[in-house]
Amino acid sequence: MIELQHISKVFNKGKVNEVIALNDVSLTIQKEEFVVVVGSNGSGKTTLLNIISGAERTSGGKIMVADSEVTRLAEYKRSKWIARVFQNPLSGTASDLSILDNFRLAAIRTTNKKLTIGVNEAFKKQVKDKIAVLGMGLENKLEQSMGALSGGQRQALTLLMSIMDETQILLLDEPTAALDPRSAAVIMQTANNLIQQYKLTALLITHNLKEAYQYGNRLIQMSEGKIIRDLQSPEKKALRLPEMYEWFN
Amino acid sequence: MEFYLTALILGLCLSAMALGIFISMKIFNIPDITTDGSYTLGAVITAILLTAHWNAAAIIPLVLLCGAIAGTLTGFIHTRLKIEALLAGILVMTALYSINLTILGRSNVPLLDVSTLFSSIHLFSVPVYNNVSIVLIFITVITLLVGYVLRTDFGIAMRATGNSPSMTRALGINNNKMKIIGLAIANSLTALSGYLVCQFQNFTDINMGIGIVITGLGSVLIGESLIKWWNIRSIVWSLVIVIFGSILFQLVLAFTLSIGVDPNLLKLVTASFVLLIVIIPRLKKHD
Repeated sequence: MIELQHISKVFNKGKVNEVIALNDVSLTIQKEEFVVVVGSNGSGKTTLLNIISGAERTSGGKIMVADSEVTRLAEYKRSKWIARVFQNPLSGTASDLSILDNFRLAAIRTTNKKLTIGVNEAFKKQVKDKIAVLGMGLENKLEQSMGALSGGQRQALTLLMSIMDETQILLLDEPTAALDPRSAAVIMQTANNLIQQYKLTALLITHNLKEAYQYGNRLIQMSEGKIIRDLQSPEKKALRLPEMYEWFN
Repeated sequence: MEFYLTALILGLCLSAMALGIFISMKIFNIPDITTDGSYTLGAVITAILLTAHWNAAAIIPLVLLCGAIAGTLTGFIHTRLKIEALLAGILVMTALYSINLTILGRSNVPLLDVSTLFSSIHLFSVPVYNNVSIVLIFITVITLLVGYVLRTDFGIAMRATGNSPSMTRALGINNNKMKIIGLAIANSLTALSGYLVCQFQNFTDINMGIGIVITGLGSVLIGESLIKWWNIRSIVWSLVIVIFGSILFQLVLAFTLSIGVDPNLLKLVTASFVLLIVIIPRLKKHD
């Protein structure tokens, strides 16, 4: 589903503050794989995710998504396959717009934004049913602006928004980093359910080793712009949490 | 009374521009200075074509198109040439001054013995009521149109662009394209205000646009305060309140003049008034 071939990314090339964020990284992610990426700060995790989403351009290498080459494709065009959840809950939603309008945009992610009114009663009902699953009581506040909600609520809605339109790949960039432990658990559980239910290919970046241990069927560790560990499903299942803590010592 | 009715008409004429600034503020979060130029551009084209005996209605598409071109230029300079939006607007506004002067031929063109929007339609025998009703109908149509566009899928995408650019990119929206289209719409609305004011005051002056962006900005700021205060969520009602802001702005200026303030100080009064609107909500927050 995702194929990275010899990807490199260099920031401030040729200057004193040159940073090699990704150093000849190759990675193939199969359909319906749920890959968890761990690594210390500056190891290149977020750059890896940004390269896949198109938020950053590569300095070298080739990217394939769903059998098409997307190396030079802009981020908004890659949204045809890819949905994202950001670290900052504010980044994935528009504060001034109502919950309903946010969902409307998410529902037309892969199509043209036409000059027709798409928010009608049928759409409202559809959103209501989707949001009710969260059990947060937000289904009765569809007209409320996103800005009035908590970070956890916004992150949960961003997750639901990602499956409003046809999605093949879900990128999760530390989705729980800004949340309290209880909200974080709800978000991760919701994400996991959606990934299974909609048979998504997913990539999760996290600093939380418990999350990395608990979720996903493949585990990657990055360090200094390289993939230094790549555990497939059986190996990941056999892995114990204390062993993972050892990796960072 | 007629004095305040005149202010009401002027407020309504300028409300098209206020709607334009409402859009550009929504997609950019900064004031679009192109306004000063595109407002005059609308008035210049109207004056030239009316004196060439064009029909007032036939001029409208051309005014909209020229305003849109001005906005597109600003958008292009900002998004493609990566120049700050504020500077891009200043550049286009400055360039438009020469273009306006060239089209107009001289610094002032009066509309004598020509048929204008206001003189060609007769709804009431009293001129001032006639003018109020014409401009009211005109602005109602514009508001419904803009309101419709902002409620469509495209409109929602446009409103989200300035609000959360990272989200809109991830949702398949080309932010740059959206900004250019948004600025084109905003400036064509601004040019429409030029079209209306030119015919209402019966002349076009090359300097009529200087500082007009402040008037529009003031109207939008008044509007936004009220929208927050009343917790308005409907976009059409938000537009109506912005128009109300525009009218209120002109009424305050009219009142200032009526208590004997020197007309030369009008721009100073305008700027001070806008400053006041900006700081009042901030003062409240410190309580």
